[in-house]
Amino acid sequence: MTEIPKEEFILKCTSACAGCSSSLSLRYVLKAAGPETVLVIPACCTSVIQGVYPRTALRVPVYNIAFAAAAACASGMSASYQKKGMKMNVIVYAGDGGTVDIGLQALSGAFERETHFLHICYDNEAYGNTGMQRSGSTPLGAITSTTPSGKIHPKKDIDQIVEAHRPPYMATACSAYPLDLFQKVKTALSIEGSKFIHLLSPCPPGWRYPTEKSIEVGKLAVKTGAWILWEREHGSLRISGPSRAAMKTPLPLEEYLKIQGRFQAITLEQVQELQHSITRTMERIRCELEKPCT
Amino acid sequence: MHLIATGNKGVAEAVLQAQPDVVAAYPITPQTEIVEQIAAFISEKRLDCQYIPVESEHSAMAACIGASATGARTFTATSSHGLLYMHEMLHWAAGARVPVVMANVNRALGPGWNVWAEHTDAFSQRDTGWLQVFASTVQEVYDTMLMAFRIAEDEKVLLPMMVNLDGFSLSHTMQPMEKIETGTFIPPFSLPHAIDTLHPVAYGPLTGPDEYFRFRADMERSMRSSRLVIRDTEAEFARLFGRTYRETEEYQVEDADVLLVAMGTFGKEAEVAVDKLRKEGIKAGSLRVRWFRPFPRLDLAGRDIVVIDRGYSFGFGGVLSMSIRATSRAEPYSVIAGLGGQEVTYHDMADFVRDRKPGKEYWFGVKDDV
Ligand code: SF4
Repeated sequence: MTEIPKEEFILKCTSACAGCSSSLSLRYVLKAAGPETVLVIPACCTSVIQGVYPRTALRVPVYNIAFAAAAACASGMSASYQKKGMKMNVIVYAGDGGTVDIGLQALSGAFERETHFLHICYDNEAYGNTGMQRSGSTPLGAITSTTPSGKIHPKKDIDQIVEAHRPPYMATACSAYPLDLFQKVKTALSIEGSKFIHLLSPCPPGWRYPTEKSIEVGKLAVKTGAWILWEREHGSLRISGPSRAAMKTPLPLEEYLKIQGRFQAITLEQVQELQHSITRTMERIRCELEKPCT
Repeated sequence: MHLIATGNKGVAEAVLQAQPDVVAAYPITPQTEIVEQIAAFISEKRLDCQYIPVESEHSAMAACIGASATGARTFTATSSHGLLYMHEMLHWAAGARVPVVMANVNRALGPGWNVWAEHTDAFSQRDTGWLQVFASTVQEVYDTMLMAFRIAEDEKVLLPMMVNLDGFSLSHTMQPMEKIETGTFIPPFSLPHAIDTLHPVAYGPLTGPDEYFRFRADMERSMRSSRLVIRDTEAEFARLFGRTYRETEEYQVEDADVLLVAMGTFGKEAEVAVDKLRKEGIKAGSLRVRWFRPFPRLDLAGRDIVVIDRGYSFGFGGVLSMSIRATSRAEPYSVIAGLGGQEVTYHDMADFVRDRKPGKEYWFGVKDDV
């Protein structure tokens, strides 16, 4: 059984919304990373969560940087630590905007150059910091402030984009499964090169559910297969514990959708499309696990 | 050691001697030779430096900021659209107080595509908080690059610095250049606010108006103290290596009835125009403005001046001429010339002086009045 250290690196004075799961996840990320860590934060909810100058809610150095620039800033830090011969965990903790949209070019460049760093995308599936506008990561059918009748485009598949860079390690995680996240961060940080963790972060104001239900929503995402937990180390794929059952017998997707107000305008066709996309992803995963694959 | 070098080579040779820890750069004409040369130095093991071949200029500056924040000496080079693409990060670098040093090869901006010299790229970065200097010869490029590290990294400054050189007319022009033994002229870099895991702080978090305002005021305080640091550094350079640089370079100014004022290579061409005019009996002089930020304090009130501007602020005027008007209560004849690499010879410059109309603006080569 993995022991999660008692030492806290995120203090009880964050400015996160009640029930925010991305700050909860950050707590475990930092427990896994420890004190020899520099966090790079582009514009995102964590720019706010960390607190207001001159205070900070984080006990590791935090470097705030412009929206599009996180992975590039981390590249510079990583190069400098390499030059100094210093071991340091350089971790980008970016939202979906800073990863899949405006941050994509820098991310792609850093991964292509095999920069030694870990990029964590905590995905709350919208621009949370500016009041919940759609992002490329917003799922089909979800209401946001710029898609008032539901998004008509499907969620961008950032995992496939990152995978195309052949990183030595990438994984998905969900804030409802902190132990799984903790282990994945540990593994990622033990590997040389560019690592990516895509972390689903249920967000009460954005997803429109009561604040106490963040864990429940996260668990439903996994149990319905809407979010599949896996890790890919040096190319080989492994399904993580919590998703194994869901891969065999997922709960009906509606269980996940109906608990969230953002899906209240979703059409039947869109639900079918979402379901279809889950089935396709599961098939692709199964196919890869049962090699040879056609 | 004496050699024949281009402006780009002059930059690279100075960078080699300054020994940066991290260089992050993206190629762009006419800067490319600089980064190629630095990459060659690294692969020949003459320079022990991490070279980050970034995917854009925005990332080049972001990487320099990240590296500098950990206490690394950093360098990048760009030009034109590359500089504009960096713009957001230029503000960030200055605000974060990281003394990144950059060479900018001045080039026109699209559309249409034009790779030749113009100063609008650098002028557009006027308010970013970067120190900016313009060189006019290969030797000056090299010398100024060496001084740039010392000036930017000085604790009283800690602002990033841009060394400008004209595209092609300086970047690709061969001139004799003396390489010097720098010895201890560039001290080791130590950033007082470097990232330190033993003393974790948040850099650039949410900041209220009062604190934010103090940070901005502090930038201006440092910009002002940079004048002294620049003066001392240039004086020390002259003492050690025998070449003198100041905020401006004056040529036959004292007894001059009329002054040609320009920046970059035009400032050198103006000296030839002065010789020509003097032969004709016109007592001309030339004043080459080297520093753009901080802008020099000029004493030109009441003087007859012709300013040649290689950059324009639409709806306002020639950038250099308006700066001079604002800082020295002079009424220059403002000549807009050399945009997009337009050829301007000393004969043309002599014409500007002969045909001058104080207080008026003239677009060289444009038939109709602008
Ligand atoms: S908007 Fe969502 S992700 Fe952002 S702080 Fe609030 S709960 Fe957390």
